[in-house]
Amino acid sequence: MSIFSPHLMLDYLFSFSFAHAALVTLWISLASLLVGMLIGLLLAAGQEVPWRIVRGAIMGYLWLFRGTPVLLQLVFAFNVLPLFHIVLPAEACAVLALGLNEGAYMTEIMRSGIRAVGSGQRTAARALGLEERQIMMWVVLPQALRIVIPPIGNQFNGMLKLSALVSVIGVQELLLTADQTASMNFRFLETLTVAGIYYLGMTTVLMVIQGLIERACQKRRGATLKASAFRLLSAANFGAVR
Amino acid sequence: MTRPLLEGIALRKSYGDDDVLKGVDLKVCEGECLVMIGPSGSGKSTLLKCLNLLEPISAGRILFQGREIAHLRRHEAVAVRRRIGMVFQSFELFQHLSAEDNIALARIKVLKEESGRARELARHLLRKVHLPDKAEMYPDELSGGQQQRVAIARALAMQPALMLYDEPTSALDPETVGEVLDVMQELAEEGMTSIVVTHEMSFARRAADRVIFLDGGRIAHSGATDEFFSEAAPARVARFLGRIRA
Repeated sequence: MSIFSPHLMLDYLFSFSFAHAALVTLWISLASLLVGMLIGLLLAAGQEVPWRIVRGAIMGYLWLFRGTPVLLQLVFAFNVLPLFHIVLPAEACAVLALGLNEGAYMTEIMRSGIRAVGSGQRTAARALGLEERQIMMWVVLPQALRIVIPPIGNQFNGMLKLSALVSVIGVQELLLTADQTASMNFRFLETLTVAGIYYLGMTTVLMVIQGLIERACQKRRGATLKASAFRLLSAANFGAVR
Repeated sequence: MTRPLLEGIALRKSYGDDDVLKGVDLKVCEGECLVMIGPSGSGKSTLLKCLNLLEPISAGRILFQGREIAHLRRHEAVAVRRRIGMVFQSFELFQHLSAEDNIALARIKVLKEESGRARELARHLLRKVHLPDKAEMYPDELSGGQQQRVAIARALAMQPALMLYDEPTSALDPETVGEVLDVMQELAEEGMTSIVVTHEMSFARRAADRVIFLDGGRIAHSGATDEFFSEAAPARVARFLGRIRA
């Protein structure tokens, strides 16, 4: 038997189990990213409030989740929560842990986006008689979101790969599938190559999409692009005024 | 014409140990255009920000339409700000919105006005500032002078009783200064009460009813426009005027 069997590799590439595993990887990553973005958005806005206790709580969260390995958080969610009678399916634990972890980083990204919107913009909005909540909603966030698109793209890319960690709690994603398949016949080269191809495929598509979004944001005049991707993304601000 | 619209009495403002305003009295009557000049750091911008409650004052009183407004609660202060328009040196148009949406935003979000009507008013105001064909343009597609005129229209959208201009032409290319000043003058002539911080003495001569000279946090000199620019001005004022003319 040769070291490498292209035939076997193609078999795996087009097998149901690998395609399914890739989908699991994709949805876990997407869900975690969305949870993270939501947390990040809320906490970044929360850091602007005057109450010290709120800011303190947010700082505590950031400290905790950026200061411990995400693998620990994952295993913690899976093994410790049941002790408190919180039994979640493995996928839910995965999204919970990855999402909370991601939220800590997203908070920083969103915060830098918010800070990048000059204080003059807020002053101008305040002078018009907008309330603080409205200023955040209709003036600061729409501009901040545009600024944070590239770093969020990076985070998603990272998340696709980070999600391989959830194999340790038994979520049937790409890496676990590759590993289990190989453990039956020791064809590690083929199985891991196939997993790698799926990862590369997903990150490549992602990068292309990110590039399109960024381009759409830059040239707002380009009528077609503007109408599609950009409008969709900034639905918040356009839905508002339009 | 003679009813005071806004009045500041013994206004003081300190940032820590730094006394920026050291007891300023000023008054602007309905329909009046008051021009404020003075060297940088004399407290002109701070004074404007205090007058529309963007900065809390340290001491003194502010009367707007006869009502004390200096120590209002936050939501009452927000309501006062809606009655006072402000134009900034750096325009501060909302970059993610078209000219029209910049103008309509506050009406839609603050006054909960139906967006079609708000847009209609926005177009009307764009015509008023001589930009009838720029409704769909974004700020980064407009020249400085155009952006500043959109900013004026945006401030007018809330139908303010008073307009504050904080060095509205200082960030502009010389060739676009005139178009902005013209709009401001037209508004003043229509009876819009205005307080204008500027270094454009030609504007002061043309449009101002009164001029005040702020120096070191105090009003060093003030008077009706003709008087102010007569040779009777104190040496300090004359020196300043000579410098900015040079």
